Amino acid sequence: MYDEMGPAGRPDDPYRDIRDWLNATDLETLRRKSLEAETLFRKIGITFAVYGEGGDPERLIPFDIVPRVFNAEEWRKLERGVIQRARALNMFLHDVYHRGEIIRAGVVPADLVYRNAAFEPAMIGVDPPRGVYSHIVGIDIVRVGPGDFYVLEDNCRTPSGVSYMLENREIMMRMFPSLFARGRVLPVDDYPTQLRRTLSGVRPIKSQSDPTIVVLTPGAYNSAYYEHSFLADQMGVELVEGQDLYVEGGYVWMRSTGGPKRVDVIYRRIDDDFLDPLCFRRDSMLGVPGLMDVYRSGGVSLASAPGSGVADDKAVYTYVPDMIRFYLGETPALNNVPTYKCADPTDLKYVLENLHELVVKEVHGSGGYGMIVGPKATQAEREAYAERIKADPRDFIAQPTLALSTTPTLVEEGVAPRHVDLRPYALVGDEVRLIPGGLTRVAMRQGSLVVNSSQGGGVKDTWVLAE
Amino acid sequence: MLSRTAENLYWMTRYVERAENMARLVEMGARMSALPTSTGHRTEWESVLSAASAADSHAESYGEITRESAVEHILFDLKNPSSVISCFAAARHNARAMRTALTTEAWEAINDAWIKLRRVRAEEVQGERLIDFLGWIKSRGALFRGALDSTSLRDEGYDFMRLGFFVERVNNTARILDVKYYLLLPATEQVGGGVDHYQWTTVLRATSSLRSYHWVYRGEYRPAYIADFLILNKLSPRSLAHCYEMILQHLDSLERKHGRRFACHDLASISFGRLNGWTMEDIFQEGLHEFLSDFISRTNEVSAAIADAYWYGG
Repeated sequence: MYDEMGPAGRPDDPYRDIRDWLNATDLETLRRKSLEAETLFRKIGITFAVYGEGGDPERLIPFDIVPRVFNAEEWRKLERGVIQRARALNMFLHDVYHRGEIIRAGVVPADLVYRNAAFEPAMIGVDPPRGVYSHIVGIDIVRVGPGDFYVLEDNCRTPSGVSYMLENREIMMRMFPSLFARGRVLPVDDYPTQLRRTLSGVRPIKSQSDPTIVVLTPGAYNSAYYEHSFLADQMGVELVEGQDLYVEGGYVWMRSTGGPKRVDVIYRRIDDDFLDPLCFRRDSMLGVPGLMDVYRSGGVSLASAPGSGVADDKAVYTYVPDMIRFYLGETPALNNVPTYKCADPTDLKYVLENLHELVVKEVHGSGGYGMIVGPKATQAEREAYAERIKADPRDFIAQPTLALSTTPTLVEEGVAPRHVDLRPYALVGDEVRLIPGGLTRVAMRQGSLVVNSSQGGGVKDTWVLAE
Repeated sequence: MLSRTAENLYWMTRYVERAENMARLVEMGARMSALPTSTGHRTEWESVLSAASAADSHAESYGEITRESAVEHILFDLKNPSSVISCFAAARHNARAMRTALTTEAWEAINDAWIKLRRVRAEEVQGERLIDFLGWIKSRGALFRGALDSTSLRDEGYDFMRLGFFVERVNNTARILDVKYYLLLPATEQVGGGVDHYQWTTVLRATSSLRSYHWVYRGEYRPAYIADFLILNKLSPRSLAHCYEMILQHLDSLERKHGRRFACHDLASISFGRLNGWTMEDIFQEGLHEFLSDFISRTNEVSAAIADAYWYGG
């Protein structure tokens, strides 16, 4: 098991300052600080909502005050890999909605794309500005050794969590200014500016010269509502709901106190299905009727483009290294976790025989729901799950349980190693940018590998140190 | 500005103002029921409930009116849409729906109040701690108003927030006066002695105006003066005239920002004109109760006209 802090003394040790700080601070103080941080989060209202489970629907994600740190060299490797992946994924999306070269070349099976639930026929032949489909790409990465990173999954639709990256840093700087005094931690706070620049850069052909950008939210009851309002606020753009927008004369308009105002770019945080009841789900109350017509005629930009989900499907994921070779002619800088596709009879046989060693996930699942961690499950649970797999093998993929790296974390018994993952965010516009940081999620329970916030995982500030 | 945001801002401040006014009404009730009067406790809480527009919902939930039931219903009952807790919940809901239009300070003031309010049980503040608790509610309102005042951009959002405060306040003052109007008629003065001056002061207490009244009228309680203070005197921050002066000021400001006048501007001007040109004698002539009911419905019309003008197609 690889602990990222490890013992003192390795060259270019990213954890030097953290180790000194932990050694110099007693547990009482750390606990007090941790409580203070929690109060701050609640006061600012940084919550995510969980409905239908009873209790307070507005929950706090546990925040761990011990940062996770990367040195410049580690980050360079990650950065190269993430940017490479974000480019390849966008080229793949353009390709599958146009000539489908990668399918003709026999690299990716046609079924997997064209019969995929996330494939959006309404997008065939549509040319989004600058050919960008997924403008914000979140790549989930785990680490098993010093230079050993694996990509767990790609998020091409509307990856969430970036507000935590920003607020975690804000709170850390407010509470521990001395930790930052040496000036080695690269700032993340220009993310909103970069996001705005990215969105502005993909304005449609018929756009006004100074484009009006909005963030489209499903509303205050959405679990990520805080993030939606936070990003709109930080970018200085309106946070709108479907009811605030309407389509007329080939454009999208926003109802404002001064009358209708034209909208050029929509950073939408609602799912494809709900975007436009005339084109997708008819019962959607969240979307804007006629939006897709305007989009297709170049009257408005949508970030991300509808149908982007076909690139982050868990079964398509297995082909991303092939996409990188196919479109970019490069060697993938980050590896995929070896994945068994239950749709494949050989793989299926292996998965069913080795369930006790594997993690099995639903192809379309998210948030850590509907998966099984073989080694942690009981015999009965494994048998029940095997039946589900057999019923519809195409719905499942399996991966070996990786020995995820740990970082020091403040828990009940003191500061102890806990498993973490990482989600950095790439912005794709006229160029691809990566903010030096990301969201580190941590499994707060000893031995647990599930870091999802909906399953009790916490978050940490993520530091990238300057050269 | 987004129409929905403007609407949320307007209702957010209305709800905070209403919560404060509810606390004042309860304070008045607690004070009056502690004094020996010919009318007895029950009628006092009855009029408090009716000034709080909560008499019907109280009757549904509790039946018999006691001090405890009235206090609980006005402060803590979520079934009463105008209870303090309902107001803060609604204000916070509105605030949350447009976090981007609120400064952090203003949001924290309202969120903090709501977080704490949720933890208080009615039993804990019945009895001796009630007055402290009411003071706390009023201080939350003051903190929120202060945060808005010192941190908000002076854009149209500010106008909508201020409109919310004053529309709510003018309605509240008019309602309290209307519940107690029979005490303020010139006839009662002539009767004298029959109704003691404590009763007159209830109206002043319920509007936090007791001390300022002293300064303006040199401590002499006369029903006509009290009515004058709360209706026509622009020195009083809760008088109908002052509230309308502020409503007009912010409507004018919106007119400058948008370059357009709407029906709400004309309606508010007419109402203000009535206050400006009239004396208390004119009002008594028309009938205090008639004047007040008419005024309340005019104010509701202004509020609806604001919605028509700015909540575009919402």
